[in-house]
Amino acid sequence: MGIEAGTVMLGIIGPEVVLVVAALGLMVADIIIKDERERQFLVWIGVAGILGSLAVSASLWGREVAYGFYGMVVVDNFSTFFTLLFLVAGGLTLLMSHRYVQERKLSPGEYYTLTLFATCGMVLMGKSTDLIMIFLGLEVLSVSLYVLVGYVRGSDKGVEASLKYFLLGAFSSGFLLYGIALLYGATGSTRLAEIGAAIAQKGLLGEPMLLAGMGLLLTGFGFKIAMVPFHMWAPDVYEGAPSPITGFMSVGVKAAAFAALLRVFAGSLPGLGIQWKEVLWLGSILTMTLGNVTALMQTNIKRMLAYSSIAHAGYILIGVVAGGETGTTAVLYYLLVYTLMNLGAFAVVVAIEQKDEKRLELLDYAGMGTRHPALGAAMAVFMFSLAGIPPLSGFMGKFYIFSAAVKEGYLGLTIIGVLNSLVSVYYYLRVTVMMFMKEPEAEITPVLFHPSLVVVLIIALFFTLQMGLFPSTYLHIARESIKIFL
Amino acid sequence: MGIAGYTGILIMVAVAAAFGGVVVLLSRLIGKRQESREKLMPYECGIDPTGNARRRFSIKFYITAMLFIIFDIEAVFLYPWAVVYRSLKIFGFIEMVVFVGILLIGFLYVWKKGALEWGSKSI
Amino acid sequence: MINYIWMVTLFPLIGVVLNGLAGVKFPRKVTGAIGSLAILGSFLTACLIFAEVLRLPAAQRTSEVVLFTWIACGSLLVNIGFLVDPLSLVMLLTVSGVSFIIHIYSMGYMAEDEGFRRYFTYLNLFVFFMLILVSANSFLLMFVGWEGVGLCSYLLIGFWYQRRAPADAGKKAFVVNRIGDYGFLLAMMLIFVTFKTLDFSTVFAAAPHTLESGGLAVTLITLLLFLGACGKSAQIPLYVWLPDAMEGPTPVSALIHAATMVTAGVYMVVRCSVLYSLAPLSMDVVAIIGCLTAIYAASIGLMQNDIKRVLAYSTISQLGYMFLACGVGAFSAGIFHLVTHAFFKALLFLGAGSVMHGMAGELDMRKMGALKSKMPWTYWTFLIGTLALAGIFPFAGFFSKDEILWDVLQKSTVLWAGGAIGAFMTAFYMFRAVFMTFHGESRVDEQVHVHESPRVMLIPLGVLALLSVAGGFIGLPLIEGGNRLKEFLVPVIALAGHGAAAQHGAHEAGFEAVMMVVSLGVALAGIALAWLMYIKNPAVPEKLSERLSGLYRLIYNKYFVDEACAAVIVEPVKNGSLFLWRACDNKVIDGAVNGSGAVMLRASRILQRVQTGMVQGYALGFVGGVIAVLYIVFAM
Repeated sequence: MGIEAGTVMLGIIGPEVVLVVAALGLMVADIIIKDERERQFLVWIGVAGILGSLAVSASLWGREVAYGFYGMVVVDNFSTFFTLLFLVAGGLTLLMSHRYVQERKLSPGEYYTLTLFATCGMVLMGKSTDLIMIFLGLEVLSVSLYVLVGYVRGSDKGVEASLKYFLLGAFSSGFLLYGIALLYGATGSTRLAEIGAAIAQKGLLGEPMLLAGMGLLLTGFGFKIAMVPFHMWAPDVYEGAPSPITGFMSVGVKAAAFAALLRVFAGSLPGLGIQWKEVLWLGSILTMTLGNVTALMQTNIKRMLAYSSIAHAGYILIGVVAGGETGTTAVLYYLLVYTLMNLGAFAVVVAIEQKDEKRLELLDYAGMGTRHPALGAAMAVFMFSLAGIPPLSGFMGKFYIFSAAVKEGYLGLTIIGVLNSLVSVYYYLRVTVMMFMKEPEAEITPVLFHPSLVVVLIIALFFTLQMGLFPSTYLHIARESIKIFL
Repeated sequence: MGIAGYTGILIMVAVAAAFGGVVVLLSRLIGKRQESREKLMPYECGIDPTGNARRRFSIKFYITAMLFIIFDIEAVFLYPWAVVYRSLKIFGFIEMVVFVGILLIGFLYVWKKGALEWGSKSI
Repeated sequence: MINYIWMVTLFPLIGVVLNGLAGVKFPRKVTGAIGSLAILGSFLTACLIFAEVLRLPAAQRTSEVVLFTWIACGSLLVNIGFLVDPLSLVMLLTVSGVSFIIHIYSMGYMAEDEGFRRYFTYLNLFVFFMLILVSANSFLLMFVGWEGVGLCSYLLIGFWYQRRAPADAGKKAFVVNRIGDYGFLLAMMLIFVTFKTLDFSTVFAAAPHTLESGGLAVTLITLLLFLGACGKSAQIPLYVWLPDAMEGPTPVSALIHAATMVTAGVYMVVRCSVLYSLAPLSMDVVAIIGCLTAIYAASIGLMQNDIKRVLAYSTISQLGYMFLACGVGAFSAGIFHLVTHAFFKALLFLGAGSVMHGMAGELDMRKMGALKSKMPWTYWTFLIGTLALAGIFPFAGFFSKDEILWDVLQKSTVLWAGGAIGAFMTAFYMFRAVFMTFHGESRVDEQVHVHESPRVMLIPLGVLALLSVAGGFIGLPLIEGGNRLKEFLVPVIALAGHGAAAQHGAHEAGFEAVMMVVSLGVALAGIALAWLMYIKNPAVPEKLSERLSGLYRLIYNKYFVDEACAAVIVEPVKNGSLFLWRACDNKVIDGAVNGSGAVMLRASRILQRVQTGMVQGYALGFVGGVIAVLYIVFAM
């Protein structure tokens, strides 16, 4: 294999380069700046990195498909779409964390650095065309998150969550890696394109090694998207992690895993569609139902949102199962919508939460809406959107997912999905009811608004409304992004 | 090659699992059990254990071990690189500079944060 | 400038956002100023656009401004866009202008009310939706505005929701309007099925060659649309909500239930004039319903003692005239009357509001009298409004009503006679109201201290009075080129092709002049009768009511329509629904709903227990999952 600089194409990993440089700069700045208060400005280095990366990746949109690093990574609209999504999620998380970190006197340097690295891992996952690269991206993001989850060292819940996430994550990584090995054994390659070609040429469709490898790969991705029964870690980890990180995980990790899932399964294993669609079909039903039903009884808002996030993974799986142009487009659109509305909801949680994990119970939300009407209204919008009430973006997302499923003939799945979103209305509305219609038991200390947090809320609110009212632009972008699968 | 090709392995796995299970089960069913203090003691190479196994070790051991592994891997990585260095040309050189550079920043970081101090600074 | 048409709707929206979301701590003056300035902004923008359109040649005055695609779903493509043409401009100007004046008035009228901010937020929201309604470029967007104004109307009728009557009235308006909306929706679906689009321009361009004239499709569409119009514009049989709507604040009655929202139905019929002219049967229905409503509502107005109710029935009756005009194909006359009516009816309502304000909320005219000296400003402006409404030369109402009657006469003598009787009654009941309120002996309670209203309320009255005097001159009859409104509207109405308006060219000016004198005479006769009965000889009404007690009671009680409705429709429905509620809903449906809810909660509790928190358990679950996945993969 001849190696020339041209085949490397640094521009292809431009966004990652910017992110890594920003992260390294953050580390250096962290050791240079001695003053504890001045270090709070480190967040702006992170934000600058995200913005720079956004600019670079936006310039990649609409270009011709280009492979780099000997076909390990690719730049196409699909990867650019997800890159932008992860960067938005990462940027909002940084802004959301600003006061959180400050108030709890967490060490800012590592926190923001790790967030950037996690974002970088996601971006890599979205653009890898090789199973090894996918695994690497996954590990970069996981390792960063293992640390971030337990970042509040004084919190028992946080440390427990971190350890659980680490143990189970390592466990699932093992399965994923084993799956990759089996696929390599069966097809002789880890390149997605070559795997697909090998299956077609050699007629490997019934090959047990291939099937086993695919199954194990499914479990690995299933773990990251919290598909039932690989979801068990999610509630504990989401509850224990710092709230901004929980928000980040619930949208970013999920989207990254879905990106890889789509690329691997819809991209290069469509021939095995019967098998993996069957698994995901069942997984989707279980995930939606379990997520929604268990969320009903939760009293802790983060735990409730954790189950809600499991349920949403179930809805998205419907789109993956439905496949085709409409289904895949719907998945991308939904992920985008979900990212903004869920981060918005978490921003409200972060705003209301107080030090030492106080004010995280649902009961603590009583009277918040009457005390802070704008905050209450924002939360109501996010909750309604998550519940899928028109005309908010969550509704449009569900609408496209369900209509794709109907079009592809998955009527049963659609009905279960609709029933599930009906169930979900209960616990989403409960938050709103609590905020506006219940009197607080004790006097509430007012919420302090930090400018960074307000920015996050405004951005999330704006897009949650806008993507619902005028979905066509975003649908168009999503449709452009999935052309590689058609 | 269908699933038939793996039959031998499957039988082997089944026999091994069954053998292990049967032996454990039989010894539990047939064997007499007389428990004594010595028997229940944790086995530590035949020597009586001293102190509690749940003692806490200083975190510094772990940090040092972790740092050691990182630089160990760097060294391991450098060998094959050196072997094929000629065919990699300038590209290989730049790659390695970037790699070592990133590692260096990490090293600086842990150094400045005091991870290499033993006892004088608290981390 | 035309491309900035969206700014017209943007201003009120900004008002809503500022007052509604951010305005908790605003002082009242700021809230009121924001609300009024927002509407002023709309009005000025509309004026600028109007000026620009006027400079264009008549044929190029129609343009569409598409903002963006709203819904693209299969073959349904709906753009958010605005249709700028003479018709929508006339409506935009009328709506924003009158709204602005009423906003100013409201600052005085509502000054003491607790819900000041809520009031202005709703009012701005209403204007926003109303402007959407009249400037929409498709049926669907128009429907958005249509429903929006309905919502605001409901909110504002029930503004004082703490009291029972307004809350009930709001509900009644909402329910009755639903019937009409149902018609509108069905019509919209039919239009989509027929034309595969909901855009006005496409539908109207395609209609003449797609639809068979007088065919079933177009007749059905237009009749269903008219059902919608009946609901919104309070025509027989869906008028019952409007009198009750007077429970809302008086400026709201003036704005929504007299000047703007209730005319939405007329606007819609005129907008669809192309479709209507293809359906002669529907035209006849529109004309007959309009005529019947005009007489019927006027007759109820004769006996009402509540000043706002008189005005409410008068509104219904005047709306009937507008529909009558549309029904005979004189669409521009309908719009003409719509505009002038907006001026003088808003004036009358605001005048009534001023009276209420000065009388501490009294509405019963039997407890008024001789207010002329105490409230001179209110009196004179109210009188101007009354003269305009009664159709006295040279006030605005004279020209518009006369034009309608003239156009009707071309079509049918019977309908003309109906219209003339209505005009007679209108003059009578309006002057009865004036005499009972402002003239004669004072019957005011002694505790009530009558006072003139503050200037912030009187100035709007003055402006509206001026408009009521001068408003008629945009459509002068007889003189060549005098009817400028009609000429302006030609590009829109002409699409309708034929229609009574076309016959106008050949009419003899002499005959029309005679007819003008006749209609003036009819109005004067009404006034004279009112004078005889309420000033000259106040005992007459008493005697008459005794002699004709049956008729009197019938009319006084509004023909017992509300009671009949209650007995024939409401009670059975209520009993039926009570039955359904008790038997079906409570037991079966609620049982099922609550039951499934309970099942879910129980399931939730069980599933919760699986989540033990033990990481070994999780790993075990994981392994179980792996085995299940592998099983499925191999089993398939």
